[in-house]
Parts: sequence; structure tokens; C-alpha cells
Amino acid sequence: MNLIKLSWKNLAHKPLNTFLSLLLFGLGVGLVIFLFLVQTQVQDKFDKNLAGIDLVIGAKGSPLQLILCSMYHIDSPTGNISLEEAAPFMRQGHPLIQRAVPLSLGDNYKGFRVVGTTHEFVHLYRDSIGQGRLWDKPMEVTLGANAAAELGLKIGDSFQSAHGLVNDETLKHSDADGFEVVGILAPAGSVIDQLILTATESIWQVHEGHGEEEEHEHEITSLLIQFKSKTNFQALNMARGINENTNLQAASPSWEISSIREQLGLGVNALQVLAYVIVAVSAMSIFISLFSSLRERRYELSLMRVMGASRRKLFAMILMEGLVLASLGFLLGFLLSHLSMQLLAGYMQESFRYSFTGMTFLWAELLVLAGALLTGLLAALLPALQASRTDISQTLSAS
Amino acid sequence: MLSVQDLQYSYEAGNSLRFPAFSCGKNEHWLLLGQSGKGKTTLLHLLGGLLRIQQGRIRIGETWLNELKRSEMDRFRGQHIGIIFQRSHFVRSLSVDENLALAQSLAGLPIQRDRIRLLLEQLNVGHKARSKPEALSQGEQQRVAIARAIINRPAVILADEPTSALDDENTGEVVRLLEEEAQSVGATLLIVTHDTRLKARFPNQIQL
Repeated sequence: MNLIKLSWKNLAHKPLNTFLSLLLFGLGVGLVIFLFLVQTQVQDKFDKNLAGIDLVIGAKGSPLQLILCSMYHIDSPTGNISLEEAAPFMRQGHPLIQRAVPLSLGDNYKGFRVVGTTHEFVHLYRDSIGQGRLWDKPMEVTLGANAAAELGLKIGDSFQSAHGLVNDETLKHSDADGFEVVGILAPAGSVIDQLILTATESIWQVHEGHGEEEEHEHEITSLLIQFKSKTNFQALNMARGINENTNLQAASPSWEISSIREQLGLGVNALQVLAYVIVAVSAMSIFISLFSSLRERRYELSLMRVMGASRRKLFAMILMEGLVLASLGFLLGFLLSHLSMQLLAGYMQESFRYSFTGMTFLWAELLVLAGALLTGLLAALLPALQASRTDISQTLSAS
Repeated sequence: MLSVQDLQYSYEAGNSLRFPAFSCGKNEHWLLLGQSGKGKTTLLHLLGGLLRIQQGRIRIGETWLNELKRSEMDRFRGQHIGIIFQRSHFVRSLSVDENLALAQSLAGLPIQRDRIRLLLEQLNVGHKARSKPEALSQGEQQRVAIARAIINRPAVILADEPTSALDDENTGEVVRLLEEEAQSVGATLLIVTHDTRLKARFPNQIQL
């Protein structure tokens, strides 16, 4: 009869104690892995979508909001800016700016954002066309891979967008012309996958018609700027110049993202501490349940010695009970964490259109496994030592 | 066979006991008699290898117990000595047949399912093989304890007060079983007791 089976039988003989230890251990380990999963995936989304953008220029307001809205498409715009104000940055041959991509936001189709922009936008995200072509004239759209798949749109289909950034049928532009799908982008793994891209003019066209003033001033939401040189002193000073001297706002993505990451990090750290406390408490629970079981088991431990078991064997058996608990606890936590990540992914997808998944596995999880086994081993060490030191003669004659 | 020479044991409290020399042959059945406090249990634990021998010599078969290292003693005990205690105890998380299998595997021997089944049937507890020991009656538990003591065909079977809690009828039954089973594996049987009912039945006696 092998040690693992024997240890398992002993644990199964005390189902309530075992269940409690397992549950605690599983919750602790689960939380640790869950935090790893969330943090890695969120950071991955932030990083992938930086796309080499050095500066975002838009209306005054919260710089973080401007970044989230223009680069991650998860917040609403700070407002619009007139094309006239934006024009100087888009001038060809600007000494500092390599690329300036205009964005016009404000419409959606079934929750997917319609972005009025130029072909440069696609280059910025290094995406390529999957089927069809890019838009050539207003009211033609090219879909991101996810958007196309989720909306079930094909080349040649047409649809009418709705005002706002969330799905609301009552705000549909039913008086405006429909958009026509002319192409679908290849999957890029970045935010561009969930956008509906069209010409800047399309957005103006949709919103004109119902304005009273005939001479509508053309507006855009923001500009994505790439510098020629990321280390140019003048370029670095440009943001300050814009913020101090104009009605526009310039925000640096890397700065905003690092501050967001810091705040996210604080939250994650706090939860991590909690997770480790739970693991420590569960280790205590394993220790206490093993240690207290020794008292009632000392007779059968002596008996095993009588049947030929060495001290080392008893030591190994109790250690194995700690290890079995830790392994099963890890398994429970592993399943819990990936399951809840999968649930969270569904929810996040619905509200942010970003795809997260619980079906991904990290190398760090192997470290967690090693840590879990070590914890189980440590928790069982003292009880195992105690078991191996049982004085058989004394125990058996005390009956 | 089992023999004892110059055996002495000192307790931590300081008092010490000197045991008489004796020798029991293969297939012989002996009684070890003595009043409480004469060291019956101590002698049994020395013979069974549960206590380290401090002074003197004990031989079982061709092996001198006093010459064995700790781990050798563990293995030897599992393979060549069967012990039946006054009250039967088992590994509670295992069923009756698993307890017997454990006795084989802890002794470092292969598990023989057929032998376990036959032995339990022979001792009239075959129907309880899959039950947990605590579900068995006192008498059934004692029979399983006997089965466990002889499962590895030991050279020596030691029984510690096996009849002290039994009435005359059951005493006769248990002693009959012990003798039968010891006979069947060709072991030396040594019953440690102060039960005077057994005296008439065993001509071979050691008095402490």
C-alpha cells in the first residue's frame, strides 16, 4: 500500500477538517493566481495599445480621460477640438512630428465604436487588411477583426450608426445615410480589433443634416502624435507649450499609463497581501489539524511501527498528508482562479469590448505550485517529526 | 524458537528488573505468568522489539535482537514477530482487509489478497473484510487482530492478556484460535497473562 494512498485515506477519514483546510488553501492560492492573471492581462492590454504614440492632443479636461478615450477606447471624450486648431500639427513637414492621426469619436454601432480617422491610423497600429480594402470615400467603413466577427458583418453589408459610445437604439441616426462595409482588418491583438474605422468626413456627414446652422464648423476629437525623435528636447517640451498657451490639452500616454499602473499596483499589492495571509492561515489550519489528529492517532501510529514501519516511514506519511492537502488545495485554487478569470473576462468583454481570458496559463503558476507544496511541507514538518518520535512502548502499554 | 539470556532492564526512574533466562522451541506454546509490577509488559515489549535491549540477549530463530540496528529491528519485527494486544487497535481509516494488507506492506512483503481473504474466512470474519474496524464487535476485532498477527507467518506470536476481558466460553474460544493459528504457521506462541484459567491448559510456563 503506497504512502499517497495511505495519506489520502487518513485525510478522507476526517472529511470536515480536510475540507476546511482545502477550502482555505484553495482560496488563498486561487486569489494569488487570479491576481497574476488579471495584472498580466491588463498590463498586456495597456502595453500593446501604446503603439508608439508619444502624445495625444484633445480638448481640455482630464489627461487620463483623454488617453483612455483616444487610445484605449474605454472612456468618453473630453470634448471636441476644431479642425482649425488641430491643423498646425497635421501640417506636412512639421519639424518635430512624424505622424499626426486625427480621431473623431462619438458614434457606435451595437456598442462598437465608430472612429473617423485617416489611413495612417491603421499604419500606427501596424495592422494590415484581411479582406477587401480600406475606406476610400466617406460612409465606407473597414472593420476591426473582432468587430466584424461579433457583429457578423461582411463586405457589402451596410448599417446605421447610433449617437454616443454605448449601444442605444433610440439614438440611431436613422435620417443619415448608412455605412457600407468595404473591408475587414487582419486580427492585430490590439484595440484596433474592436473598432469600426471610417473617414473623418463620414462622422461630419452623419451629424450634419440635423444641425440648424448651415455652416457647421468641422471638429475632431483628438490627435495621436508620433514624434520624429523621442529624445528631442523641443518635442518633450511641446506638451507643456500646448497646455500652457492654447485651448488644447496634450497628454503623454506613457506618463498616464505609468501612473495608472502604479494605482492598479497598489490595489493588487493590497489584495496580494490578503492572499498571502489566507495562505498562511490555511497553513496554520493544516498544521493544527495534523497536529491535533496525532493525539488520537498515536495508538495507530505505534501500531504501524509494530507492523514494521520505521520512524522515517511515519515521518514521510505525515509529510505526505501535508503535501496531498497542498496539491489538492493548489488544484482547487487553480480551477477557481481560471474559472473566475473566465467569468470576469465575459463581463469585461461586454463592458469594454476588450478580450480577456481565463484559458491562459502563466509560468508564474508553476512558482505558485512550488510555493504551495513548500507551504504544505512546512505545515506538516512539525507534526511529522512528532509522529516519528512516538514512543511505541509507552503508548501501547498505556491502553 | 525464542530464547532469553541475562536480560535486564532499567527504567528511567532508576529501578531495574532482571528477567529469568528461558527458551521456547518452534511450535511450542507457552504462558508467561506474573503479578502486576513484575515487568510482564516490559518483557513482552523487549521480546517484540518495541523497547531497545539495554542488557542481555534475545534470540528469535537465528537472529539476535540485541545486535539489530533500529531500522533492521523495524523490518524484523514486521516480518517475524506477531503481536496481539489486550485491546485491539487498527488504522481506523482503513477497512479490515486493508489493515491486513498494510501489515504485509509495512513489513516489506508483497500483498497477498488471496491469503488475506482466506485467513479472514478461516477466522469467521470474511464477511467483514470491507468494513471499517470500528463497525466490528469486540470478538470480531480480536479475531482480526489475530489474523493480522499471523498474516506474515511470524516465527513468534506474542499475546498480551488476550483473555482478561473475556468470559470462560470466549476465553476457551480465543485460546483455541491462538493455538490453531500458531500451529498453522509453525510459530512459537507466548501468552503473557495473569489469567489463572489458562494455567491448566499450558504445561509450558514461565513465572516472573
